[in-house]
Amino acid sequence: MSGPFVQDADIARARAVAQEVIEPVFELIRRHTTVSVERTVLRLFGMADAGPSGVPLPNLMTDRLKAAGVLNRGAAYWYGRALQLGARSPLDAVERIAALPADRLGPLSAEMEGNLREEVRAEARSAVEELRRRVAARDALRQEFPMAPAPHKYVIVATGNIHDDVEQARAAAQAGADIIAVIRSTAQSLLDYVPHGATTEGYGGTYATQENFRIMRQALDEETRALKRYIQLTNYSSGLCMAEIAFCAAYERLDMLLNDAMYGILFRDINMRRTFIDQYFSRRICALAGIVINTGEDNYITTADAYEAAHTVIASQFINEAFARRAGLADWQLGLGHSYEIDPARPETLLLELSQAMLVRRCFPDAPLKYMPPTKHKETDIFFSHAYDVMADLVAVWTRQGIQLLGMMTEAMHTPLLADRYVAIKSAGYIHRAARGIDAEFTVREDGKIASRAREVFARSMELLGECRADGLVAVIGRGHFGDVRRTETGGKGLEGVIEKAPDHFNPFLELLEGTRR
Amino acid sequence: MTSARQAIRAYGDRRDDGVIQLSFTLPVPLSEKAREAARQYCAALGLEEVKVASAEAASRHYTFFIVYARSPVVLDYGAIDVPEVRFKKLGFDALNRLIEEEIRRPVVVFGACTGTDTHTVGIDAILNMKGYAGDYGLERYPGFEAHNLGSQVPNDELIRRAKERGADAILVSQVVTQRDVHKDNSRQFVEAARAAGLPGKTTLLLGGPRVDHRLALELGFDAGFGPGTKPSDVANYIVHALLKRMGKEPPGLHFEGEPE
Repeated sequence: MSGPFVQDADIARARAVAQEVIEPVFELIRRHTTVSVERTVLRLFGMADAGPSGVPLPNLMTDRLKAAGVLNRGAAYWYGRALQLGARSPLDAVERIAALPADRLGPLSAEMEGNLREEVRAEARSAVEELRRRVAARDALRQEFPMAPAPHKYVIVATGNIHDDVEQARAAAQAGADIIAVIRSTAQSLLDYVPHGATTEGYGGTYATQENFRIMRQALDEETRALKRYIQLTNYSSGLCMAEIAFCAAYERLDMLLNDAMYGILFRDINMRRTFIDQYFSRRICALAGIVINTGEDNYITTADAYEAAHTVIASQFINEAFARRAGLADWQLGLGHSYEIDPARPETLLLELSQAMLVRRCFPDAPLKYMPPTKHKETDIFFSHAYDVMADLVAVWTRQGIQLLGMMTEAMHTPLLADRYVAIKSAGYIHRAARGIDAEFTVREDGKIASRAREVFARSMELLGECRADGLVAVIGRGHFGDVRRTETGGKGLEGVIEKAPDHFNPFLELLEGTRR
Repeated sequence: MTSARQAIRAYGDRRDDGVIQLSFTLPVPLSEKAREAARQYCAALGLEEVKVASAEAASRHYTFFIVYARSPVVLDYGAIDVPEVRFKKLGFDALNRLIEEEIRRPVVVFGACTGTDTHTVGIDAILNMKGYAGDYGLERYPGFEAHNLGSQVPNDELIRRAKERGADAILVSQVVTQRDVHKDNSRQFVEAARAAGLPGKTTLLLGGPRVDHRLALELGFDAGFGPGTKPSDVANYIVHALLKRMGKEPPGLHFEGEPE
């Protein structure tokens, strides 16, 4: 079993401290909105196209409202105003708002304001219903063709061309993959818009667009039916468009999203306030759409040392969980991230990796968890690399990981060849089959190396959580405690897109998703 | 320098048996015909006694092969010329001592993943305290002053900051290689470095999983470091390059582990 190692009461205390850590951040979230949250609102209303110049309509509209200094009342409000002006299509709405002179942007009579809001709320309710119907269709397909048992084998495609991605994804599914991730084009996280349409050119990956999501999901639906086994699809709700991507994914029936409360801050230098606000709305959408999120703690130990920084992973997982629960996500939706990254030149690394994975399992018993393979210490000896990956397969099945990203023997060399994925899937299938249930057969001794290492890591993560509570999460990020990266509250990209809400700010979707209004 | 002729062939389990192994995928469904196609493919490569050890359906439309065969290729090992090693590679302590005695100030190094590249794994392995595979990163050396600017750093910013601090070496890491984006970005870096007058004063190094010394030279760098490079390899190179610039080592000096 994955231990007791630590007392239930101590785990409950960690959870309570994490709750206190995020509380001040929620004060910030409550008082602010962002350009990308407002664009998501417009997308929820069905504004999916791009304008004549290729700029997405939600960007055209929010840019116009921001320039006029009125976005703080909410894009939904202005969408309602456009409807009252007789807008018949999203493009028409944008044009009517854009054409409105500044002196016509003032408030209406109290009665007209009230009517406008009710009208927009009714439209928001039907938009949410439509989203629910689409999610239900996905869930029905999952019911009809159950997934293979966990750990679900997760592989990546990254050709840059969505049609080539489809070819590789189909091959991976046929070889036994359970989850397909389409890696995004390098630096998409720094684009303050979601590109439009099907794309065939990307660097290091393929642009995340709503149309690309649709194309890939359709192909995987076909594979699901052919293989009689549901194949999941995941993408990246991170960067400057977290919530917009979450909406596109929900609408196109994706199953998972990479979505982390702090990843953008630490690893993409996205502004802290922007990220905290965006992650909240994006997670509200994930909660509604039954999307499993994957958090990015594994990244901490590719920059910092995996042995020394093990406790930062646990502390961050508690924080990510607190943010997620606050956004309405259930435990089954929390693919908390961690990885097999301790330097293999050390002795006893299998024990250390088991200890860490068991501790994560012990702290988060109902979360699926997302296990990442070794990358940092990978060498170009593919035969050693393959053996190294297989050890991660063993730890994954031993600690009942829900999601396992499979290591590639050519990691550190090139984007995986088709055969690399095949070889990884075949051996992971073997290890999972061979060792399933092994945790129930062995009890880890409480006085041994695995348990004492777990206790030590847990104690250090408690200290770090305590420091976050005492000094604030912002200050602790500033000290470089997570991933050896230092960030400041007003540094990074995207702060200009953070807007203080007006007292009458209107977001009917937030009302619905938070359940404050039906 | 060449020496006496020494014929060599690939070694499987007997001298000169020429046995090699290879694996590859063909875009056809698994069948006897696919297996024969793999055999003919290897024959066309010039291989003999081809044994298709394994043919598996990697998917409905692709077959993955593992093949053993004999290669008739004979190589004259004696005719192969690589620069002779004069200097042993120095370890952590010895290199720090050399810096202290001969350079007498910290060696300033700047590094970054420039352009749109977000993958800091390589540059971190070389520069961060921790290092790579038990080999300390440059930050750990008392003899180095290492600045890791992280990812997505514009070329111009890296050059500006390095120049301000009077850097002895700049490390550019390029991981993403699709459509040769690494080459385009690296060329742009070299042009900007030339415009800033860095060559001759600052050692320009390129690193990444698809980088080799030859490519780096083609692109205008002083040296390139590919997969498996240890921080100490880079540290040794930088110190020797600086000593050569200072006139304390002859320009033609070669040392163990230098990029070839």
